[in-house]
Amino acid sequence: MSGERVVVAMSGGVDSSVAAALLVEAGVEAIGVTMHLAGESSRCCSLADADDARRVAERLGIPFYVANETERFRAEVTLAFADAYLAGRTPLPCVTCNSRFKFHHLLARARVFGAVAVATGHYARIGSEPATGRLELRRAADPAKDQSYFLHELGQAQLAAARFPLGELTKAEVRAHARRLGLATAEKPESQEICFVPDGDYAAVVEALRPGALPGEGEIVDGQGQVLGRHAGVHRFTVGQRRGLGLASERRRYVTRIDAPRNRIVVGDADALGARAARIPRVCWVAGEPPAVPVRADVRVRYRHAGAPATIEPLPGGGAQVVFDAPVAAVAPGQSAVFYAGDVVLGGGPIGEAQP
Amino acid sequence: MRVYLDHNATTPVRAEARAAMEVALRLHWGNPSSVHAEGAAARACVERGREEVAALLGAEPDEVVFTAGATESNNTALQGCLRSAEGPGSIVSSAVEHPSVDAPLEALAQAGWRIVRVPVDADGLLDPEAVAAALAPDTALVSLLWGNNETGVLQPLEAIAPRVRERGIPLHVDATQCVGKLPIDLRALPVDLLSLSAHKLGGPKGVGTLVVRRGARLAPLLLGGPQERRRRGGTENTPGIAGLAAACALAARELPERIQRWGALRERLWDGLRAKIPRVQRNGSAKRVLCNTLNVEIEGAAGELLVQALDLEGIAVSTGAACASGSVHPSHVLEAMGRTAVAARSSLRLSVGHGVDESAINRVLAVLPDLVARAREAES
Repeated sequence: MSGERVVVAMSGGVDSSVAAALLVEAGVEAIGVTMHLAGESSRCCSLADADDARRVAERLGIPFYVANETERFRAEVTLAFADAYLAGRTPLPCVTCNSRFKFHHLLARARVFGAVAVATGHYARIGSEPATGRLELRRAADPAKDQSYFLHELGQAQLAAARFPLGELTKAEVRAHARRLGLATAEKPESQEICFVPDGDYAAVVEALRPGALPGEGEIVDGQGQVLGRHAGVHRFTVGQRRGLGLASERRRYVTRIDAPRNRIVVGDADALGARAARIPRVCWVAGEPPAVPVRADVRVRYRHAGAPATIEPLPGGGAQVVFDAPVAAVAPGQSAVFYAGDVVLGGGPIGEAQP
Repeated sequence: MRVYLDHNATTPVRAEARAAMEVALRLHWGNPSSVHAEGAAARACVERGREEVAALLGAEPDEVVFTAGATESNNTALQGCLRSAEGPGSIVSSAVEHPSVDAPLEALAQAGWRIVRVPVDADGLLDPEAVAAALAPDTALVSLLWGNNETGVLQPLEAIAPRVRERGIPLHVDATQCVGKLPIDLRALPVDLLSLSAHKLGGPKGVGTLVVRRGARLAPLLLGGPQERRRRGGTENTPGIAGLAAACALAARELPERIQRWGALRERLWDGLRAKIPRVQRNGSAKRVLCNTLNVEIEGAAGELLVQALDLEGIAVSTGAACASGSVHPSHVLEAMGRTAVAARSSLRLSVGHGVDESAINRVLAVLPDLVARAREAES
């Protein structure tokens, strides 16, 4: 590792700042790059964050550049995000951002710079399978911070060119490093939400991006099709959501399905939320190819999901059928199902359909 | 050893300018407005500076108003000239102005002024007849960038200025890129206001000049004391003025050699790039151009990426217009010349100056073709 040239994706936050610092301390020739992805109003990857990253880079004594990727980001991520909501799905833009922006566009830039890899502040680990030498994406040492879920689209070539210097560390250790290094970002609050969605108001973002394609008001129905109320547009809802339905009822009701073609929100009781299976139309297998036979795995259906045991059956055409051992609540189409064998990520993909 | 080919952004401060500033800081620290000997010494330093600047331009010393740089000069010219006018009328300018003219023009448009933007052709040139045709009875000012900072294209000022003068309309020229790179003789050029900045010609940042020809009307932008004959309030930047003066003296002495030398280096660079890189073309007129500037479109290679990759190789160039963050927007100048946004994003500006020699050019020619190949691969 020492002596190699590596581009560090620096967001201006504490994690990527420490990642850069650790590489520099390890003797890596690091080059800091902030990707300017979304407009000025965006909280993350804004120009103010670029200034924070620049200060850190200056302190570390490494070159620093801003990569203007706003147009590509709009085309590949934010418009797709809006379209997914309008189609009744709950998109996961961070996965695309990682596979397309950090480990494709930025990696391409890194290669022009003569760099061999891109490092990020993700909490995840890369290992190799002893028998085959194949690279493995593994959970981070700190289970509370593990971000391997968001990296499941990375294939062998991308893992070979990825560096995750924080994979073995806890968040507390990272903050301690930041303070030790006197990094300006040591106490910066953590970003949790989607970077281009200010204040978590994703409906407003969808409305601004696709003003001509909004569905308008529609019906809220129960499982039998009985109309219970009205809603202001399917893009405002996610499977499993309880709030914002505006239903006058003593019973707790949840969004169980979003029927975008009919502009309908289907609600039901908690026990109607369970899915026994899920179809994944397009799976990225970390190994580069699907397993020959069905495999057992723990499947996470969203980031904050501990995982549920399931059998994964690869389907012809690159997809997979996930059959859970027991029903899993709130399986939202658009979120990724990610398959784990212990700490190892086998692969995953966006959920196409949850099956009751 | 770094290679610096971004002299249109700024120039290294010449040793002579540094020395003059050091003397001014050490000996001429008095307030030029003071009566006593300390003040008189500082006053003499400022007035010597005025003479040097005037001499380089063929102006009279009392026509030289010191400012904090070309942005202030441009703002003064636009806002000051118009404040003394009767009321909102029209202003004639071009489609390829610097932001320090564009932004005041936008503010004036908000205030009710009609802004007429004369377009440029594919070479980046204004048609003098089109400028003349844009003049109207209510035209209060014509403001034009003479030498374009991005492309180096030189507007046909010698043909435009008499046409504007004929109509009795004041003409402001932003000559920031021209001073020290081409002969300027205001005795022969009917220009009313001219902006320049010290740091583009080997002087320090934070000092410039607005030349206000005798007879031109101007309300000051900065209100304050009676300095600069009440045309610009504020205690004079004596060391800055001393640095600017030294840079002007050098320019006057070196001008013929600069034009020959920088022009030869620029052409060597262009010949080499053309020979070694497929699908490269020059942006802007190759004839009417500053001696030091080369702007090229390298098809399929992002300018932003090349600037960064070259920097890592020790070579400083630019895409033409960098915003403060270091993030780059497509050039409005190239778009005004009819280039697509994609083409504008694939452009590089290389500008030579003092300290650049053949070995520097050779280094660029040795490094850039390979980077272009890699950048094209990254795009595909």
